[in-house]
Amino acid sequence: MSIPVQLVETPRIGAWLSLQAGRVHVRTGRVELGQGNLTALLQIAADELDVDVDQVRISGGDTRQSPNEGFTSGSLSITQSGTAIRWAASAARQALLSVAARRLAVSLERLNVLSGQIYVDSEKSALSYWDVAGEVDWEQDATELAAPKLSDARKVAGKSIPRIDLVDRIAGEPFVHDLTFPGMVFGRLVHPPCMGAKLLSLDMNRLGGRPGVLKVWRNGEITGLIAESTHAANAACEWAYRTAEWDLPENAPTHALDAISQSQEDLLPVQAQGDVSTFDGAMVTHRVSRPYLSHGSIGPSAAIAIWENDRLRIWSHAQGPYPLRDAIATVLGLSKDAIDVIHHPGAGCYGHNGADDVALDAALLAVGYPGRAVKVVWSRADEFRCAPLAPGMVTRVSVGLDSTHTIQAMDVIVNSAPHGNRPGRNGSPNLRAAAFLNPPFPPSKSNDIPLNAGGGADRNAVPIYDIPNVRVQKRIVHKLPYRTSSMRSLGAHLNVYALETLMDKLADDASEDPFEFRLRHLRDDRALNVLRTARDSTAELRGRPVAEGCGWGLGFAKYKNTAAYCAVVARVEVQERVRVTDVYSVIDGGEIINPDGVINQTEGGILQALSWTLHEEIKFAGPVVATETWLDYPIIPFSDVPKIEVELIHQPDCPPLGCAEAAQGPMAAAIGNAVFQAIGVHVCDMPLTPDALVSAALNH
Amino acid sequence: MNSEANVIRFLVNGETLTAPSEHADTPLLQYLRDVQGLSRVRFGCGAASCGACTVICDGQAITSCDKLVSEIVGSKLETPECLESNGEFHPIIQKLIAHQAVQCGYCISGIAMRVKALLESNPNADEDALDAALDQHLCRCGTHVRIKRALYELLTEKA
Repeated sequence: MSIPVQLVETPRIGAWLSLQAGRVHVRTGRVELGQGNLTALLQIAADELDVDVDQVRISGGDTRQSPNEGFTSGSLSITQSGTAIRWAASAARQALLSVAARRLAVSLERLNVLSGQIYVDSEKSALSYWDVAGEVDWEQDATELAAPKLSDARKVAGKSIPRIDLVDRIAGEPFVHDLTFPGMVFGRLVHPPCMGAKLLSLDMNRLGGRPGVLKVWRNGEITGLIAESTHAANAACEWAYRTAEWDLPENAPTHALDAISQSQEDLLPVQAQGDVSTFDGAMVTHRVSRPYLSHGSIGPSAAIAIWENDRLRIWSHAQGPYPLRDAIATVLGLSKDAIDVIHHPGAGCYGHNGADDVALDAALLAVGYPGRAVKVVWSRADEFRCAPLAPGMVTRVSVGLDSTHTIQAMDVIVNSAPHGNRPGRNGSPNLRAAAFLNPPFPPSKSNDIPLNAGGGADRNAVPIYDIPNVRVQKRIVHKLPYRTSSMRSLGAHLNVYALETLMDKLADDASEDPFEFRLRHLRDDRALNVLRTARDSTAELRGRPVAEGCGWGLGFAKYKNTAAYCAVVARVEVQERVRVTDVYSVIDGGEIINPDGVINQTEGGILQALSWTLHEEIKFAGPVVATETWLDYPIIPFSDVPKIEVELIHQPDCPPLGCAEAAQGPMAAAIGNAVFQAIGVHVCDMPLTPDALVSAALNH
Repeated sequence: MNSEANVIRFLVNGETLTAPSEHADTPLLQYLRDVQGLSRVRFGCGAASCGACTVICDGQAITSCDKLVSEIVGSKLETPECLESNGEFHPIIQKLIAHQAVQCGYCISGIAMRVKALLESNPNADEDALDAALDQHLCRCGTHVRIKRALYELLTEKA
């Protein structure tokens, strides 16, 4: 077993956990984004230590006390933090029992633990963990002592225990929006309408005189205000935004996706094997696109900051407390050590949204208003207009087949606005307000995300299928005014759509069953198993008589080609619009720590991808995001929710694979293929709205 | 001190509240959250289109982000805080917990309030009525199936 990556950075046992007063306190650098990762991490710790779940407390990312685990992203919490915690907890158990063995004068092998109580053989001893914890050297390197349990000895990992944070989320006040402090004031920044905008005029005197406004402030293109209530702050900010005169950049394309599609920026190699140019037959070509999307958390981004005694404390729902701290330190010219970033939950987070930006907003306001907590909650319009968008993308695939309808060559080109522009990436803070300050901290040219880190635009653009000649390239389109970064599944949403709708087109050309066509192009045993399971489990669904305008479709991928395997079969009814009626999904997530958690994540991935694929599209007016309300940006309504079943393939002896983003690409593809079966046309441009159906049919 | 004429009276979760008349033009949502500390009412959009801020006013589910304090004078208001009493949760909340029916949970208190209003005004509400009520709400995490499963079960048990 290789050493978990997190333990290379943070090897001390005591960095990950401590024991006090009958409790084990686990610290992870990961944060709970509403997905249950902290519950699963707690299960892992409880298992290794032989303590009860309710004897363990876990806290997430907090620069005052947690290991630095960067961002909670990429479906890596369990794979990375989970493995580190498993090793650290195992090492702690060893260290604790070594002390106990010495004190009890028995050999280590005779000691057992139940609920933290130490037993010699089956006899209860006088000692518990907490009696010996004070004698343990918590500075020891976890990797030197860790001997994690084999799978059959685990009792808690693998069980669907209820989420530890869920009662509070259903009936409590868990959100950063809900935090209050004595004397708290309410702030907003008047964010310029788009990147590159200049503030020509704003009457600061009149702004300062708006009801309830306590202070106004200007730096560069940014205006800030502090008010005595949320209402006063919002009303003043809205007034300022509407009355300000802005100079907008003139580099906006008429049509953003056309600009992406036609971009001549550099084509970057992603992966090559064999030589696609050796294929000399006719190539089948396929081009698909996705518009820019919004994260669309139900709760707009929020943060609270206090500047007191030369220290800045920030409560934030951002995904990376440490990178956010470092980025804010850069912008404010403060030492990192003078800033604490404490994670506190926000509404659902699906990637790099406005959480980091609003934390800088609060920090900027707080340093100008010492001693008072400043709360900033963005408006819904800010959330659409200012938060990073999920990039628009165009993916083209060409394939060459031999006379047996076997794919011999595949050439993939992904054109995309950049993903992966989180705080600190590419050497700049990447915080919205920072780009407008004097002096400014503009975003650096984005490198997207390299394939060895999962890929950004190119995520899942490399086919999982066994094809002798493959070339994958990406073109990151920088020359557009829109601010983009990472949203769940990144490029995989469109790339899996591209590859998997093409697989169905090729199967159809060969008059072959879509499952069988894929199976004979696969060599990976786990992939084969997932597809066969999906085929067999959906025989009934697929065997139903296919009425006019109905169809079912399949989508499959191994997320990032390194994480969970997921197949989705969807049934649709197409009349004026596409309605998904049934979804069946099979997921191989390796070792599954909390089965219900994986099912919840997979259901969520399916429904969010359904919404992206059928409904969603950000609209622009020149360089400005014109989408401001939910009426401008419809998402899936409750009444359109299909029946969903998720089947787990549990592999307790395999490493846990990230599951949270496995279903999005396959779900999109399953819809596309089901629509193809229903109406005989591949709809290549998302979203698959009634207009898109008509347009695809006319172009057919 | 305020005289009778310049206060606004209404009932929140069974308690009479008197707001100074200067709050007449405060959005109800912000009055409840920031002034009264009733933080389980959530801000989502400010335009009555997501449902996160739903409360019950005289038995009807209403969005609180687009109402002013002056509009609820003399009304009987219920906020999500009423779904917990003496440490015991309302059956709607119990069902949601039993089904682990959220991911982030931000949308759920508004949903629970609309369902409470529905079931109290129509104890025989069926799945279609429930679906229509839910369509006033947005969920972004994709927990719709769990929320519906939990609430359908509640209907079945009431029937």
